Amino acid sequence: MAASPIGMNRFYTILGAVAVVGIGLLGYQLSKPATVSIPANVTVQPSDTAGFRGYVKGSDSAAVEITEYADYQCPFCQTFATLQMPTIEERLIKTGRLRWRYRDFPLQQHPYSRIAAHSAACADEQGKFWPQHERIYEGQSEWAASRDGAGIFRRYAREVGLDLAKYDACMSSGKYAGRIQASYEEGARAGVSSTPTLLVGGRLYQGRFDSDAITRLVDSLAPRATSAR
Amino acid sequence: MIYRMGAAVLSLVGLFVSAYLYLYKIGRIGALACGAGGCETVQTSVWSRFAGVEVALIGVIGYALLFGVALVGLRPAQAARRWPAQLLAALTGGGVLFTIYLTYLELFVIHAICRWCVGSAAIIVSLFALALLDLRRTA
Repeated sequence: MAASPIGMNRFYTILGAVAVVGIGLLGYQLSKPATVSIPANVTVQPSDTAGFRGYVKGSDSAAVEITEYADYQCPFCQTFATLQMPTIEERLIKTGRLRWRYRDFPLQQHPYSRIAAHSAACADEQGKFWPQHERIYEGQSEWAASRDGAGIFRRYAREVGLDLAKYDACMSSGKYAGRIQASYEEGARAGVSSTPTLLVGGRLYQGRFDSDAITRLVDSLAPRATSAR
Repeated sequence: MIYRMGAAVLSLVGLFVSAYLYLYKIGRIGALACGAGGCETVQTSVWSRFAGVEVALIGVIGYALLFGVALVGLRPAQAARRWPAQLLAALTGGGVLFTIYLTYLELFVIHAICRWCVGSAAIIVSLFALALLDLRRTA
């Protein structure tokens, strides 16, 4: 039995109201400036880490590999990245003696660490991890004290030449949250508890480092690493 | 008829919920309005895809289909026919089974609850109940 015209009119009124409210709410969400949040309580899945062992700089045949566990919002990491790494890169990495592996170790007390790590991961999708990584460290004093770290990272993304549409989609998806957490858990299992921590030949080095100390370390390890091959 | 009207309204609500989650997944919405944050944990997990397709997109398509069937079933020529009720029951029955699977993943695999997913689960169960009542009406 068909409904009365009055019943159908009421139905269409309700349906129209639901449609207006739904379209209105979706439109509002779409028009809002995107805010980004990268969850820490993710369950790491095997696919999060498949084939990924950190961001690598340097020759595959380098005699020494150093893995750095670092946090973008950690002041010591910032000092190391901006003051020491350029010398390490010129002196050791570009000369083929050292391979550098960067791994995320976002500390809980730093609200922007994971967003920064995710921003760099999204830059990596476009082959620009290191430029974004360096820009984030350079600007630490700017974004760490701001109320819109994600917005500042987005500006850096534009500065280093990323495709912003792809970058925005990547950031909003949070697709690398599991990978960042996996890196953190791997570091914690290896004994990392502070940043920066260097993992060299199975040994952990914590504290402040300068380029001279790293050079001495590589000098001491290179003959041994070479003869072990 | 009231059951099909209810099905049309509820499936439209479900369509908006799924569309919201899907827009988040494709990066058009920055963060989900979700209280404790379980939504992002669920939506960024590998389980947010099923057979290579975003679960939220499956929801959009499913609810759109239910909405269409309910509207067609309300046309005067179809109002007394049984097929719309049968089709609604079949589709929502599949939806309920899929929802049970997704809820199991949330509770026992991902260990996080997405409130929007709970809302969608309530909608699909209600739609299934309406479809069964409509089946009884047209028997």
